[in-house]
Order: sequence, then structure tokens, then C-alpha cells
Amino acid sequence: MKTPLITTENYLKLTQFYQTYAAVVDQANWTAWLDMFVEDCVYKVQARENYDRNLPMAALSLTSKGMLKDRIYGITETIFHDPYHQLHMVSSPLILSESDQGVIESQANYTVFRTKNDGIAEIYNVGRYLDRLRITDDGIQIESRLCIFDNEMILNSLIYPI
Amino acid sequence: MSQENRIPMTPIWNHEDTSRIPFWAYTNEDIHKQELEKFFYKNHWCYVGLEAEIPQPGDFKLTVIGERSVIMVRHEDNSIYVVENVCAHRGMRFCREKHGNTKSFTCPYHQWNYDLEGNLQGVPFRRGVKQDGKVKGGMSKDFKTSDHGLTKLLVAERGGVVFASFDHDVESFESFLGPTMLSYFDRMFNGRKLTLLGYNKQRIPGNWKLMQENIKDPYHPGLLHTWFVTFGLWRADNRSELKMDEHFRHAAMISTRGSGGKDSQTTNVSSFKESMQLNDPSFLDVEVEPWWDGPTAVMMTLFPSVILQQQVNSVSTRHIQPNGHGSFDFVWTHFGYEDDTPEMTERRLRQANLFGPAGFVSADDGEVIEFSQQGFEQKPFHRSLAELGGKDIEETDHMVSETLIRGMYAYWRKVMGV
Repeated sequence: MKTPLITTENYLKLTQFYQTYAAVVDQANWTAWLDMFVEDCVYKVQARENYDRNLPMAALSLTSKGMLKDRIYGITETIFHDPYHQLHMVSSPLILSESDQGVIESQANYTVFRTKNDGIAEIYNVGRYLDRLRITDDGIQIESRLCIFDNEMILNSLIYPI
Repeated sequence: MSQENRIPMTPIWNHEDTSRIPFWAYTNEDIHKQELEKFFYKNHWCYVGLEAEIPQPGDFKLTVIGERSVIMVRHEDNSIYVVENVCAHRGMRFCREKHGNTKSFTCPYHQWNYDLEGNLQGVPFRRGVKQDGKVKGGMSKDFKTSDHGLTKLLVAERGGVVFASFDHDVESFESFLGPTMLSYFDRMFNGRKLTLLGYNKQRIPGNWKLMQENIKDPYHPGLLHTWFVTFGLWRADNRSELKMDEHFRHAAMISTRGSGGKDSQTTNVSSFKESMQLNDPSFLDVEVEPWWDGPTAVMMTLFPSVILQQQVNSVSTRHIQPNGHGSFDFVWTHFGYEDDTPEMTERRLRQANLFGPAGFVSADDGEVIEFSQQGFEQKPFHRSLAELGGKDIEETDHMVSETLIRGMYAYWRKVMGV
């Protein structure tokens, strides 16, 4: 793999961005979550099996910020589910490519623990973020985030974004 | 009921009809083992997959019937075989790949090799080894490879969907479905080639029958699935029908989105959300397809193994794979048709956001099944109630009935002998 030109400053920004994202979803701060995406964005949660076989199906396939907002409305207002907390552990990012126009393609592994009201944390979802990010003066925003998960089976349901 | 009557608990159906369902039907491991034998392994056709999953000769897919691992494979002559994934020698589940392409099956343990129909082709050292001019070891003289093939299943294909049965005396697939269910089956699988869009898989900690019941229960969609009602996809006064086969084991919930007025009586919930609009209406960018022939949603439950879904443009099979009495894996295979435009494929994929483990109107089904099982486990001497629409079993022209659940349990009791 050709090593992209990476400035220390951008790598620090990127690292901060990945950890901020984890904190935002762990706190269920959905307004902040939405703000991390550009208007014309893609957010998918897809089984590795589908991704590896080029099958387009995904557990969640949101292709506009409007869809992201509708998802948040769904999880906060309409979907019945057991209450739970999420805790994300996100690895250091790996930069795959960086363009002159300020677009970075990068990835990072994640583990999400789920804790229900019975108080026992369980490994809920593990995978990697595969991202296309835009560096602007206001910080980093997501053009596309694919959450490609290894779990063969989702543990019953997947409500919150990961 | 006194504590003495509860423990030990004997599984007796102590109600005259099926408007009450004892919790032991969901919690008793012996009952579960019997169900596997009587419904999944005998007398029934079980879903294994779509032809589109194995398009080329030699393509195979690993799947399950009940709790038995089986392989669906396409032969060189294009016909489809289903064999059990247990080596005839030492019983190993030899196939470890979920899918692939092969010329034959080999168990890595002792290299026993089978053709794609499951016939044993050869075993190493069958005639022993030659040492000092003598033949030593090897199989008995009367060992015949033809006696030691893989367990072969009967296969039925229709409209691109593949079913199999361990029971070689099972009735024909067409007779198993019966004429009414067959007509709805043929509506969805009308001979056009299917295209595979991919999978959603979830593990639901509840008894497998609860998923059949969920799709035989038109009482809950407008009440549990607030999303349906909020965005106008479901109304209790939609033109609808509930139909069954003559044994009441299979069913279809058929409904057509009406253009009727907004009568708050009809939904009974969430009317305050009437004015909600989607930020991105493309979730519900529905295009009427000619093959629908009217209904906008037909949900079929084929007992015991599969649910066939048409919800507007989203079509899928949902495969029920039990693991013990208190858990099952639920595998959704989404597909399209060969003549779909790219726009139609996008539409099917977008609408799939409503379904599956993360779906706007399906995530909550898995949740309520989990919590129902919790309720059953804590008081297995108790029973649930299914009395909406009375206590009889009959087809209806409305959705306000639990008749399909009563029908399923009438059939279940007959087969289980309880």
C-alpha cells in the first residue's frame, strides 16, 4: 500500500474526530451525532458477509441527512425496545488515502459493548468503520461511514447508531 | 393453582379450544425436541434457500433445517440437491464454508469423499496397505461405498425457491401448501428469475413459534409498530383478508393500502402524530408493481420454517432456525427480480430499512418476542390468550382477529397429540 501524505496536524484532528464520535453515540447525543455528517451523506451498518460478497443489503442503509434524522425520530419516538447503554472502543485510525481537496479515506476498528438494565455488559457488535471524511475549517465531517460488522448474528435488535 | 400443582408441571392442554395457549408450549425442552421431529424432520417441507444463491453448477450454500445442518448444492446437470452436513464415517459436520463452489464434498478428518448428490465416492485405505507382500488393514470385505452416502433430502423447487424434506414420504410441495397458499406463493414467485440482494441475520432469545405467531397476528402492527401508523403505512380499516390452508398451519395476511379518510377510530393510537412527515420521503417511495394484482402487502407464514414477505416493494424470505426451546436465528434473504430497473433495486433496498433487526417496524418484533419468552419462563404453568375475533377458526375479511394463531395451535395440538 502506498503511504499517503499525512500531516501530523490532520492525524491528530482525525484521532480526535474518531474519539468524539464514540463519545457522542455513547452519550446518545443524537443532535451532535447528526451534526457530524454533511448534508449529502451515507451511513450504513452492514454485515461483513454482504460487504465481502458485494451484496448491497445492509441492516441500516441511510443515504441522506434527512434519512438520518428520520432514523433518530424512529429510535426516540416510535421503536419499542429494551433500554440499553452503548460503550464504544475505537482504535487509532488508519488513513487509506488523502486528497488535495481535503477528503480523507480512513478506517478504524470498533467494539461496542451493550449494557441493559440487568447491568451486565456484553460484546454487542464488533467491526470496522470505513469512512470518507471531509476536513473543513469547522472540523471534520462525515461524507460516508460504513460500519462493517463481523457478528454473524445481530443480538436480537439494533436500535441506536454505532 | 397451588404450588403442588405447578411442580412438576405436566404438559396438558387444559382448555377446550386454542384461545388459550399454555406457556409450557414455549418453555419445555422435551416439547421442543418433539417439535423438531414432528414438524421440521417429518411430514413437512422446510425452506432451504433461493436458486439465485447458487447460480452456477457446483455452487453450494450451507443452511439448516430445524437444528440439522444441511448443504444445498447445484449439480453439473443444473438440478439442486440437499444433503445433510454430517460425514457418514465419524459424524463430523465437515462443511465449514457458508457458501462456495466445489466439484465434490470431502470430510477433512479421513478424506471421505462424496459427489454432489451425496454418494460416497471413495475412502482412503479401503483395501489396506501392502507390507512385506501382504495386504494389511483396510475396510471389511463386505464394505460397500453405496451403503454409506450422506443423508439425502427430498428437494422441491418452485419459482426459484428451494424447499427440502428429510421425509421421503412427504406429500408433494404443492399439496403441502394447498391451493390458496399456492396461489399467493405463485403470485410472488411467478417464474421471473430472482436476484439476490443480501442477508440480515439476528438471534432472537425466544421460542421459534413466536415468530410464526407474530406474522399470524394482525392485532399488533398498528399498536406496536407506531412507525407504520405515524407515516400512514398501516390502518386498521385497510381492505384486508386472513386466509389459511385446510390444516390451518399456513396462513396469509393480505392487505391493500386504502385511500380512505382519516378516521381516528381506525388506528386508535398515535393520532396526535397524524401530521408527521418524513424528512426524506424516499423511505416510502412506493411504486405499484403489476404482479401485486391488488394487495400492497402479503405476509405468508409457511409452517414451520419460513415467512414470505411482500411489504410494498420490499420482498424477502425470513428463515426460522431454532436453537433450543428459548432461542432461534432469524435469517432474512432480500431479493429482487431480474427485470428490476436500477431504480427499483434502490427502492427495494431503501424500503428494507423498515425490516430486519434494525428495521423501523421489525426491530420491535424481536424485542417483544424476547420479553414474551421471559414472561413464559417465569410462570410456565400459566397461559396466554388469543381471543380477538372470538374463539373459532375461520378466514376473515378484516384484521381484527387472532384466528390464525388459534388455527396454528389447532394444527400443532393435532400433530403433537396434546
